Amino acid sequence: MNKLITVSPSPHVHSGQSVNKLMYGVVLAMVPALLASVLFYGMGAIVVTLVSVASCLLFEYLIQKFILKTPVRISDGSALVTGILLAFNLPSNLPWWIIMVGALVAIGIGKMTFGGLGNNPFNPALVGRVFLLISFPVQMTKYPVPAGISTPYQSTVEGFTGATPLGVIKEGLKAGESFSDLAHKIPSYLDMFLGNMGGSMGEVAGVALLIGLVYMLVRKIITWHIPVSILGTVVVFSGILNLANPEVYAGPMFHILTGGLLLGAIFMATDYVTSPMNPLGMLIYGIGIGLLTVIIRVFGAYPEGVSFAILIMNGFVPLLNRYIKPKRFGEEVKNG
Amino acid sequence: MLKTFSKGGVHPPENKLSANKPIQELGLPTHVTIPLGMHLGVPAKAIVQKGDTVKVGQLIAEKNGFVSANIHSPYSGKVAKIDKALDASGYTRDAIFIDVEGDEWMDTIDRSDALKITCELSPEEILQRISEAGIVGLGGATFPSHVKLAVPRGKTAEYLIINGVECEPYLTADHVLMMEKAEELLVGIHILQKGLQVEKAIIGIENNKPDAIAKLSELAKKYTGIRVQALKVQYPQGGEKQLINAVIGREVPSGALPIEVGAVVFNVGTAYAVYEAVQKNKPLFERIVTVTGKSVKETANFKVRIGTPVSQLIEKAGGLPDDTGKVINGGPMMGKALASTEVPIVKGSSGILIMKQTEAQRKPVEPCIRCAKCVSVCPMGLEPYLLMSMGQKGLHERLERDKVMDCIECGSCSYICPSSRPLLDYIRLGKSEVGKIIRSRKK
Repeated sequence: MNKLITVSPSPHVHSGQSVNKLMYGVVLAMVPALLASVLFYGMGAIVVTLVSVASCLLFEYLIQKFILKTPVRISDGSALVTGILLAFNLPSNLPWWIIMVGALVAIGIGKMTFGGLGNNPFNPALVGRVFLLISFPVQMTKYPVPAGISTPYQSTVEGFTGATPLGVIKEGLKAGESFSDLAHKIPSYLDMFLGNMGGSMGEVAGVALLIGLVYMLVRKIITWHIPVSILGTVVVFSGILNLANPEVYAGPMFHILTGGLLLGAIFMATDYVTSPMNPLGMLIYGIGIGLLTVIIRVFGAYPEGVSFAILIMNGFVPLLNRYIKPKRFGEEVKNG
Repeated sequence: MLKTFSKGGVHPPENKLSANKPIQELGLPTHVTIPLGMHLGVPAKAIVQKGDTVKVGQLIAEKNGFVSANIHSPYSGKVAKIDKALDASGYTRDAIFIDVEGDEWMDTIDRSDALKITCELSPEEILQRISEAGIVGLGGATFPSHVKLAVPRGKTAEYLIINGVECEPYLTADHVLMMEKAEELLVGIHILQKGLQVEKAIIGIENNKPDAIAKLSELAKKYTGIRVQALKVQYPQGGEKQLINAVIGREVPSGALPIEVGAVVFNVGTAYAVYEAVQKNKPLFERIVTVTGKSVKETANFKVRIGTPVSQLIEKAGGLPDDTGKVINGGPMMGKALASTEVPIVKGSSGILIMKQTEAQRKPVEPCIRCAKCVSVCPMGLEPYLLMSMGQKGLHERLERDKVMDCIECGSCSYICPSSRPLLDYIRLGKSEVGKIIRSRKK
């Protein structure tokens, strides 16, 4: 026997799963929402997405090649996912240079300063979005209204741009109006579900986001724990508030369908790198995001709180991983 | 819903290429090597010397302490030498070399095929026979069987669980044994029931072997207390703790033995060896070995005597394919890659798997993306990603606190990892370091 054979420890087979496959799986799951935003916002959505994706890839390439001098791995799909998610969180009429600033912050500060893929504590796309929201509040909150769709709430803000339903409610309540006075100024739940409302380009079409969720669950890219715990918490918490005083507090349906909640719960909070490593940790993280979202929306200064809620809970992930341990086999002796 | 274990698990492609191949005999080799340390525990002590003539079934090495096992000569001939030899573990260890001459068996062994059902021996006598026959767990762990049968005072065995799971991809040795030696197997189980004084015996078989489930279920009706439990296909269900959990729903506590929850587990191969030892007076010196792989010409299930060089099995299966990249003793998930095909078959060899060059290489390691898949597939509820990085950093106290010693080395974490990280490699490293620390503490 004079053949050279490989000797390595077990296991000798691999599932064939890869970072690329997972990332492109997420990209595929985002396609319905992307198509919906193109349908509603036309060219604007395409331009924003292309600028965002191209900038994210470019900045990752430049930083890896010239600053970190590490192997360039922009083809792993993670920068692509960040690019699309950042675009999803922006109004479809945002100037290109603002998008590029957002991409630089997302990739540069959000991801690369911490060591790149796998090391960043905060969701890079959200870091980019929140930076833009604070730096360019005017541009970031004037949302184009879906083309050719007329709903009564458009008239509340000047021109072709409009506030989100969340913004309408926030302003209205501040002005002393009651929820029933405001009801006619916001779209119907069906319109909200389909995406006929103002908002960031990728967040409006609930139905498209849910298709993405089902796809990711079926392909086992993510588990149910994070989306279900976030949405469940929002339903319960906003439901209790709504029961206490329906004139001041919107109901669960309104909270679920408006703003970035579905986008956040399905695509942002489930980011592998910045979410907990075991089911119990994921549930606590999801409940935290749900609670914080409702608190910020109802009691805070901003109409929308999903991004902040996710970033805050991102910060708790190392703590959750350290102290919330999975149940070990044989920990509780079952004798059934 | 079929039963399975409660935590984690993966389902690799089954690739049971040799499932329908009947058991074949091999020809006699000319030189064989019998390692003295082919079971878990203390290696046996040779009682023959260079130049001695031995017969098939003759005791050639004695167990050395309680957790050890006798070794009998699988061949007749002359002892050539007692020296170091490379074995399947990859280490060079003491072994008895025999030059084979003829095929002369001990007279005490009943070589007939006749099924012998009745067994009038007392539990003590059964235990004695099993201990003398050098029987060890044939599922791969090679734990001496007489140790398992000696139930500690204060504990009682409620269930005898027979492992017919064969969850490793490719391997079919247990499957063909269940099909061809079903009657003998059931008698063996009956004897084990008697030896342990347990009423209930359950044979766990995965649902990808419906023929074995049907056959054993039908035959089991003739015996009291024996039943078959069909299980959902899920790796590593053949792990002792996982099988107990799947079959009777109990969890063996960390660091404890199955008897803690009233269970004793034996592999089907072991139960068959018990039949031969007790009813036919034949010690353990042969077993069923699968030879398989995608490039293997004639995948097969051989009845092989211990000590036979692996190369002889491969030759009989059509020779070593040109594109061979790896030869594994065992299955693809837990088997050991061999450094040479000249090493001997040992009591724990359940299969020889030949992998092509293209299958033999690992994929490049990428950064951990914290997808938590390793945590979700771990059947012991551990956190492989964390154990790996603590192992790399040498954080032994934390490794111990996070139950690194509970790892059964099933490889599910490395198998599933999308970044192809060598999780189990580093966990093993951590285990060996923490093991040393624990042992030094006891001294």
